[in-house]
Amino acid sequence: MSVKDKNFIIIPQLHVERMKKEDTLVIEAGRTEKHYWADLWRYRELFYILSWRDIAIRYKQTVIGVLWAIIRPLLTMAVFTVIFGKLARLPSEGNVPYAIMVYVAMLPWQFFSSSVSEASNSLIDNTQLITKVYFPRIIIPISAVVTSLIDFFISFGILILLMVYYRFMPSINILFLPFFLLIAFLIASGIGTYITALNVKYRDFRYIVPFIVQFGLYISPVGFSSSIVPEKYRILYSLNPMVGVIDGFRWSLLGEGSAIYLPGFLASIAVVVFFLILGIRKFRRMEKTFADII
Amino acid sequence: MSDIVIKAQGLGKSYAISHKAGERYLALRDVITCKAANLWSRLRVPLTTRQVNTEEFWALQDVSFEVRQGERIGIIGVNGAGKTTLLKILSRITEPTRGRVEIRGRIASLLEVGTGFHPELTGRENIFLNGAVLGMTRQEIRSKFDEIVAFAEVEKFLDTPVKRYSSGMYVRLAFAVAAHLEPEILVIDEVLAVGDAAFQKKCLGKMEDVAQQGRTILFVSHNMAAIEALCSKSMIMLAGKNSVLGSTAETVQRYLASVSNSASLPLADRRDRRGRGNISFKEMSFLDKNGMVSNVYSIGDDVYIKVKIENKYDTDATVKLALSVNTSHESLISCDAILKGQTFKIPVATEKIFTCKIVSPPLNYGDYEVNLAVFYGNEPEDWIISAGRFSIRSGDFDGRVTTNPFPVLSRFEWEAE
Repeated sequence: MSVKDKNFIIIPQLHVERMKKEDTLVIEAGRTEKHYWADLWRYRELFYILSWRDIAIRYKQTVIGVLWAIIRPLLTMAVFTVIFGKLARLPSEGNVPYAIMVYVAMLPWQFFSSSVSEASNSLIDNTQLITKVYFPRIIIPISAVVTSLIDFFISFGILILLMVYYRFMPSINILFLPFFLLIAFLIASGIGTYITALNVKYRDFRYIVPFIVQFGLYISPVGFSSSIVPEKYRILYSLNPMVGVIDGFRWSLLGEGSAIYLPGFLASIAVVVFFLILGIRKFRRMEKTFADII
Repeated sequence: MSDIVIKAQGLGKSYAISHKAGERYLALRDVITCKAANLWSRLRVPLTTRQVNTEEFWALQDVSFEVRQGERIGIIGVNGAGKTTLLKILSRITEPTRGRVEIRGRIASLLEVGTGFHPELTGRENIFLNGAVLGMTRQEIRSKFDEIVAFAEVEKFLDTPVKRYSSGMYVRLAFAVAAHLEPEILVIDEVLAVGDAAFQKKCLGKMEDVAQQGRTILFVSHNMAAIEALCSKSMIMLAGKNSVLGSTAETVQRYLASVSNSASLPLADRRDRRGRGNISFKEMSFLDKNGMVSNVYSIGDDVYIKVKIENKYDTDATVKLALSVNTSHESLISCDAILKGQTFKIPVATEKIFTCKIVSPPLNYGDYEVNLAVFYGNEPEDWIISAGRFSIRSGDFDGRVTTNPFPVLSRFEWEAE
């Protein structure tokens, strides 16, 4: 038998009062895979607690924690508005103020980038846990993504203030916003888990992550509208999954002025699904050895 | 049998160990350069003759045993014998490479108390966090909360971040959470190495309670006294293999006898060493004051450590010798010849024997490890962590038997004014 064949079965056994046959936990070759998700469900309590811990620590350590969630997107918005809107004179979408158009894109982008950066270090930061107790490891990067979601909601509050300031009324499309947020969550989780796995295996990978994030900011339509991309390149451009997410955010918050380019959007969704599957598979393949190599 | 709660069959665990010097983590940079180098060498050298610089190391081999409900099992063995690896497999932190275990009932491990504690969070928050990490539901934690707080004696500091706790409070709180976990099977690794004597007594008491409730305990320790006090049956781990489960008294005796057999050690096969390697340790042995080979001493005995060192340089070498005595957690004694301004000359291409006499080391009952190092210039030539072990097993301290857990003993006088 090769090392690769060793998988293990875990039968849920949460409230064990008596010794019953079905309480038996078998650690053996070849059967764990189908119990993975059941196990994940069984450990949901730990997932809540770890997410809560990350959030508590983040906002406890420093007042800057909350301020940071506000300042970062606001400053980036200001810079992009000046550079792309005022200096480069790029068009906004419909009659939407340029600043709002940028800020609406900043929301999912900030969420995505902080998720990926937080997730990528999450396992190494939790080495102590991983080498001491068992739980499905994927809980850790996902809870990092959830923590970034809190930042997202804080930043979203600022958006409401901005809209009041500019006297801008969002359209009825806003009802679809949760759907686009879900897509943002999925892509953040997919890429986040993938990079997390690589980060445990290759310790110098973390130097590459900030670069990827930085680079992504400029190739995603954050500072400008994706409608300025020439029509024939739009499908290609939409292979960046954040294009679909950002277009979706703009469409649902800004309304008719910003249309979704449908073939491109579907391409983005396909890429999201691809990365989600890739990330989770890579993570699970690596997961078995985390405790040994970390 | 229906009351068997743990059944392990043919468990094995292998690790790949890399022989590249100083390389602990894989780096992408190295992988890329290595791939490029391999590509180049593959062009010139046929594939089959390329060097493999990793080696398989079996931390566990063919471990089988059965534990019945309510038994308290002690697991004894020197460091690196595979005890912790076994516990890690049982608590599912790592997977076995071979074999199978069946476990009935919830298993909880105390591989280290305080797992998941976060210094910024308060005592109250950490109880919930740590409880969840150990597998309790919020409901369970809430219902035991007062008990935990009372056991840990931290009522006044519940809303203080634990980073402001004294280390004693920290450990008490951590153990309290773990002790109230009430799993069917409790796995404990050396938790008693922490806390003050009174708290250790309390912990032992708690563990006896747990055992009385019909729960099963697996207990790993270097403290033979604790094993004898707590465990009904024991087994010895040796080089990844286990002995049969036998009565604790018998097993402890057998273990002590086997430890004293390892008083003379060849070191040439040791791979886990650092340094340039041109001057290296070949053998070490422990001697008593009569010159007999033995690594079991009484409290206060002089310890003699004899090493054979080989010089492979084509010149004479003037070297610095050092050894240290440590517990598995802490460094205790340094016998660095430089402290006394001594250096030694080893003639070209010869082997030379040195003996270090540690004069009446102030060590308590327990197991101790010896690290060896030899330096030439300022560079280490050979450096072996845990090259050998000796035990202090018996003897008295000013006429009284000591069972207190502190590793270092000192002469002292109490006087009433």
